[in-house]
Amino acid sequence: MSTFKQYSVLPGFNLALGFTLLYLSLVVLIPLSAAFIHSAKLTWPEFWSTVTAPRVVASYRLTFGASFAAAVVNTFFGLLVAWVLVRYPFPGKRLVDALIDLPFALPTSVAGITLTAIYAGNGWLGQYLEPLGIKVAFTPVGVFVALTFIGLPFVVRTVQPVLEDIEKELEEAAAMLGATRWQTFRYVIFPAVLPALTTGFALAFARAIGEYGSVIFIAGNIPMVSEITPLLIITKLEQYDYAGATAIAVVMLVISFILLLIINLLQWWVRHRSIKA
Amino acid sequence: MTIEIHDLSKQFGSFTALNDINLKVNPGELLALLGPSGSGKTTLLRVIAGLETADSGQVLFNEEDSTDKHIRDRHVGFVFQHYALFRNMTIFENVAFGLRVRPRKQRPNAPEINHRVTELLQLVQLDWLADRYPHQLSGGQRQRIALARALAVEPSVLLLDEPFGALDAKVRKELRAWLRKLHDDMHITSVFVTHDQEEALEVADRIVVMNRGRIEQIGTPDEVYEKPANPFVYEFLGHVNLFHGRVHQGHAWIGDLEVDAPEYSEAEDLSAIAYVRPHDIEVDRTLNGEPALAAHIVHILAIGPVVRLELAGKDNQSTNSIYAEISKERFRELQLARGDQVFIKPRKLDLFPNHAQNGSIH
Repeated sequence: MSTFKQYSVLPGFNLALGFTLLYLSLVVLIPLSAAFIHSAKLTWPEFWSTVTAPRVVASYRLTFGASFAAAVVNTFFGLLVAWVLVRYPFPGKRLVDALIDLPFALPTSVAGITLTAIYAGNGWLGQYLEPLGIKVAFTPVGVFVALTFIGLPFVVRTVQPVLEDIEKELEEAAAMLGATRWQTFRYVIFPAVLPALTTGFALAFARAIGEYGSVIFIAGNIPMVSEITPLLIITKLEQYDYAGATAIAVVMLVISFILLLIINLLQWWVRHRSIKA
Repeated sequence: MTIEIHDLSKQFGSFTALNDINLKVNPGELLALLGPSGSGKTTLLRVIAGLETADSGQVLFNEEDSTDKHIRDRHVGFVFQHYALFRNMTIFENVAFGLRVRPRKQRPNAPEINHRVTELLQLVQLDWLADRYPHQLSGGQRQRIALARALAVEPSVLLLDEPFGALDAKVRKELRAWLRKLHDDMHITSVFVTHDQEEALEVADRIVVMNRGRIEQIGTPDEVYEKPANPFVYEFLGHVNLFHGRVHQGHAWIGDLEVDAPEYSEAEDLSAIAYVRPHDIEVDRTLNGEPALAAHIVHILAIGPVVRLELAGKDNQSTNSIYAEISKERFRELQLARGDQVFIKPRKLDLFPNHAQNGSIH
């Protein structure tokens, strides 16, 4: 232990590390390993056929595809919203700023019901979209809308402080050197917010993958079409197929883990390219 | 390039940052804008750069009105107090930035950019740092890179906003001398802002002393130091002793000391303030016939060739302590010690009678 220990003015390294490990084990590691242990009740062929059933594969595609699309959209619009909130004074700015956090605070089922009501064929927005041939509620598009809704604050809240910290002088310096507004954004501002932007993307993406409450109402849950993986797990549990449910859970766990790993590597790379002072 | 400024004014809310400024910067000169904080010097510099717009008045570059010209079209190099280097770029890329963002037709090709940047980095003597990032450099190095970056676009005017303000005393001194030398080699019209009078006196060709949005005096370092136009300039430039006295029909009295003041022969019993530089005060142990002020020594600082004495006057002609500077030889000759009684006499003093507002300056 003493080899890890570095001198510090604050005592309690051993105690703090021990507590951290215990806490992480109890809260994260043990529940997660239980999923693996539970799924081990299945034989390998059983496991394989469960997790590769067409209905299950379609749900992976929807969950990860819609989550990715929602995170990408949130990255663009989140940056835009953060930019507007940081740069421009306008009436009601504080209110708008507070609104951003609403998807954080709102119970997901409330969000789900509200979105369904608005986008259903007879809803406020749905009634205008339907004649145009755009069906949102009870389709994969609805899943995407719900995931976009819940992911927005992540990007805004990670990018906002970074944008606020960018000194005005940097932009002035770029302008004095002859850069256009676009060049200033592209070469000076964007590289500075990129690390925060990827973090925001990762958080929005991760949140969307795990989202359940807001999606199941608007999705309609049509097998093969608009059924998300978390819902399939619930369905299996309701049929007392615990082993099958955990098998799908394990697959999700592994994919999520790999994706987060990739994103973290990407972040590490971005950070090293744009080292901070 | 000549810069002319006509009747420039700017308000920030109820605060007057610039009040009817008129100024001409001659081609190739190094001009200092000197003043305390809030005097408007930085605002003036930013208006010249185009980073700030004035409420009224004109800025002329080579007799051409540039008041509404965009920053990009002014061909001005700007150096910021806190360097404003691009953190995500190497030193090389920072300097190359101004060349790379040019429209395609005017943009030099890669070998040309390479050549130019290397040349500039050699000029600031930091070519060995080309691949580093700004955070790996010291403050003095960063500021030199910022200067190289500003020079890369071949500006016709160089503006520096407190360029050495964020550096420690030793680096400041080095960079000051270095900037003076660089300017002598390049002869680019330059304006720099500073609140450090020593810096302005040492580096500039001419000094513009500013206070509360107005220009108090324009002149060479020698002129503003030796012939300050008014009490503000006197107090702002260098150490100075202040005495209260009276002027009456060509004579001035400071305590028992009587001085001729022929330029105020019309004055009728006016209160006045007199300024004396510490090195213009003569110190003696005895009264030798001539009028002098009695004082006693409070503190002696005898480091280096000049000995600094802090004295307390007998009466209250001087509101604060009186500082005198004498040579080490003189100090040994007089054998002064703390608490000793001495007599002081100003060799040269400048009088400013309070015409309208008696004693309102202090």
